[in-house]
Amino acid sequence: MKFGVVVFPGTWSDCDFHYVISEVLHQPVSYVWHRETNLADFDCLVLPGGFSYGDYLRAGAVAGRSPVVEALPDFVARGGVVLGSCNGFQILCEAKLLPGALMRNECLQYRCQSTYLRVENAETPFTRALRPGQVLRMPISHGEGKFYADWETLRALKDKHQIVFRYCTEDGRLAKEANPNGSLDHIAGLVNEDGTVLGMMPHPERAAENAMGGTDGLLIFHSLLGSLVEDGSFLKR
Amino acid sequence: MPGVEPKVTQELALTHGLTAEEYDRIIRRIGREPTFTELGLFSALWSEHCAYKHSRIFLRGLPSQAPHVLQGPGENAGIVDLGGDLALTFKIESHNHPSFIEPFQGAATGVGGILRDIFTMGARPIAILDSLRFGAPEDPKTRRLIDGVVSGISWYGNCFGVPNLGGEVNFGPEYAGNPLVNAMAVGLVRKDRILRARAEGPGNPVLYVGAKTGRDGIHGATMASATFDEGAEERRPTVQVGDPFTEKLLLEACLEAMQTGAIVGIQDMGAAGLACACSEMPARAGTGMEVELSRVPQRELGMTPYEIMLSESQERMLLVAARGREAEVRRVFAKWELDAVEIGTVTDDGVLRARMRGEVVAEVPVTALADEAPIYERPTVRPDWQDALEAFDPLTLPDAAAPGRALLALMGSPTIASKEWVYRQYDQQVGINTLVLPGSDAGVLRIKGTPMAVALTTDCNARFVYLDPRRGAAMAVAEAARNLAVSGARPLGLTDCLNFGSPERPEILWQFKEAVAGIAEACRALEIPVVGGNVSFYNETLGQAILPTPVIGMAGLIEDAECRCTQWFKEPGDRVALLGPDAVSLGGSEYLWTLHRTLAGRLAPLDLDLERTAQEACRAAIEAGLVRSAHDCSEGGLTVAVAEACVSGPATIGAEIGLPAAPRPDLALFGEGPSRIVVSVPADASRALEALMAEFAIPWRWIGVVGGERLDVRMGGELAVSVPVMQIAREWRNGFERHVS
Repeated sequence: MKFGVVVFPGTWSDCDFHYVISEVLHQPVSYVWHRETNLADFDCLVLPGGFSYGDYLRAGAVAGRSPVVEALPDFVARGGVVLGSCNGFQILCEAKLLPGALMRNECLQYRCQSTYLRVENAETPFTRALRPGQVLRMPISHGEGKFYADWETLRALKDKHQIVFRYCTEDGRLAKEANPNGSLDHIAGLVNEDGTVLGMMPHPERAAENAMGGTDGLLIFHSLLGSLVEDGSFLKR
Repeated sequence: MPGVEPKVTQELALTHGLTAEEYDRIIRRIGREPTFTELGLFSALWSEHCAYKHSRIFLRGLPSQAPHVLQGPGENAGIVDLGGDLALTFKIESHNHPSFIEPFQGAATGVGGILRDIFTMGARPIAILDSLRFGAPEDPKTRRLIDGVVSGISWYGNCFGVPNLGGEVNFGPEYAGNPLVNAMAVGLVRKDRILRARAEGPGNPVLYVGAKTGRDGIHGATMASATFDEGAEERRPTVQVGDPFTEKLLLEACLEAMQTGAIVGIQDMGAAGLACACSEMPARAGTGMEVELSRVPQRELGMTPYEIMLSESQERMLLVAARGREAEVRRVFAKWELDAVEIGTVTDDGVLRARMRGEVVAEVPVTALADEAPIYERPTVRPDWQDALEAFDPLTLPDAAAPGRALLALMGSPTIASKEWVYRQYDQQVGINTLVLPGSDAGVLRIKGTPMAVALTTDCNARFVYLDPRRGAAMAVAEAARNLAVSGARPLGLTDCLNFGSPERPEILWQFKEAVAGIAEACRALEIPVVGGNVSFYNETLGQAILPTPVIGMAGLIEDAECRCTQWFKEPGDRVALLGPDAVSLGGSEYLWTLHRTLAGRLAPLDLDLERTAQEACRAAIEAGLVRSAHDCSEGGLTVAVAEACVSGPATIGAEIGLPAAPRPDLALFGEGPSRIVVSVPADASRALEALMAEFAIPWRWIGVVGGERLDVRMGGELAVSVPVMQIAREWRNGFERHVS
């Protein structure tokens, strides 16, 4: 399985994803410059965290209109999958590849802390190795991670099982104190209708080794690797 | 010369912060009246901030040599050898004056400046730490400042993408008019990729890279070399504005361009901007430099040569490329969408010659600017307040009626309470190297591809330094080294940020002289070289000086990252031991401040040999796998150290402590002294620890057992403190936020 890690000006989780994919998972991976439009070599593209274009205008707004992002719909249509974390999630929303928007944290401050996530949908290529209701621990690091969508969109997200992760307490309860940024309906991560594009605010690459305090983030990658069928395409949900 | 420039007179020189003697000296040196641009160059390069003219004579006493030191003071940052092909570079710097005037941008650009110092050496920044001091937390102005400073650091560091590994936040009324914002940055570099700020090779092109030049920050270095009066907050125009996104691009572009091998030397344009870079780089290399200022990328119209030379616009670098390879450098910067413009050449005549559209506007020997600022040995006088401070005996105050309540008050005090409110606003993990997050005695980072880790800390108890500058400063070095030792690390070197009042006051200069002597003594005894640092004088507003605050930033090596240690108790049933001496004092203690609002008294003795042995013993115990936690006893003394070990980990856990009966329980419980470490030891490792301590022959004893839901401290069998740990945890977790927001 060939991974590509997209690099925008201002991206900083690129090296971390690259390290985890190559050194922890031992999978082929290369960097993809933001001007690249030929994505045929890849099975999975990662849009990492950081401050692409300084998050000027709005988080992810400029990167959401970059050549590589404009090539993503085609990439997905040909069977590729996309994982956007942190700034990557913001970019996917700005590019309308995922619904909703990410707004300034409710506390109006940046938050870097550990969070618990409840798995809401275990039937995507990203979550196939997980159980519904399973609680994962992963850190967040963002100032604009409060998910928001209008009522109809939220309804559609629920109806189509697009909500993949919700912030929760250690024992899996949804609670205000466990929601670090005030996200609507505790949403921490969601997929597109096909389940082939995942956006999530937490950082799975920071929870991929015991030395870093946990390995729950690896489960997402294991799901991806397990979701790949022999012809190189992904099991759709 | 452009005709619009003001005529240079002695009077004008005085308004530029130069003295009449200094102005005469300039005329004698260049044999004529300086041009307006030249006056600007001298005033910036000869400012205290750039030239260290009041401090240099004292700083010579600091030991900076050691076999593993690859670069000592005098460059953008110091470098120590990590073994193999890797080296660690680090430096601390102040941004106090700008942060008081404009907290958000002042603190942000402080982080930006220190990061550039690191990556100009060819290193990738791997961590920042920040040491902050504010006025009384109850003061609404303090809240505004802390909010601005913390969000400025958070904004810049997070956007740039470097983890914040901790530091300090302290409060004292002396800082109300002069908060301190000291930022330390740490970078990792391959030894064969180290670059220096030298303009080698006459004929080589000089390139300006990074952001464009504007009128911001003109004369920032001069501003940082004067005390504040009532109009201080009106000086916002002298504070620079940061752009962490451009800095991130500059980092990637610089490191990528350096890899081509086409870069000969590079320097950050920080304080005194182009003026500083264009004179220091050739001065270090014994060359000269010629620049055409009209070629400097500008973002404002009609900038004068004076303004272009003195602008402190951020995110800019000056680099010297190998002739014929400019295109390789330009290609990299174009990829990152940054300016890289050839503005001049290295010459062999030792002169900085600046032209504006061909016309010479400044022509000065580079050494006159960079090396020949006057060095002053101003008078020092032991302040008359020292006697009264030393004469105060804290034991004349009544003993703590309720030690348990005193403990809770201490745990909730803004100095001791958890600083999570601060560091949760900082990214602590980007780079995925952080093995120990902020909240233990030192932050610990792994070095990927090796078994090693580095431990980092900043420390200074300014109250101690105020009471006894020499011993207090030595204690700051000892404490920093101890914080590394309890994490399992051996100190590699230190960088100091010496924050003081006006050196023109003999009492303040005495504090400075004594503190530097104390640092030197401790460094020699503990064998820790000083590889760089920064002096920040004139931290005074309306005649009120800050407490003398020599902040020590220290880096240490853990050979085997598995042998690292954290401060919190982990297992019920583990035995608790106190390593180190019994000698403590309430003089300058947090207890005396929190309960009696008093800052006076004498410090506990500091035995540097014992300090060194106690640290070695602790490190040996960690390396042998005998201890599960190790925590330095600092503010609040032994009882607070134990309480912190109970509540600062992932799970709160109680302890039962037994101490001998004491004539003054408050002294034994909350007295502060150096060389003391609380460790917890699995019961089955007790014998091995006892044998190891006997080997090191340090004073130590068992003091209790981990476990339960209370912290009980008995003295001579009598219960002196008995508090539920959840209550301690609550005070400690909420204390800071309660005080500041």
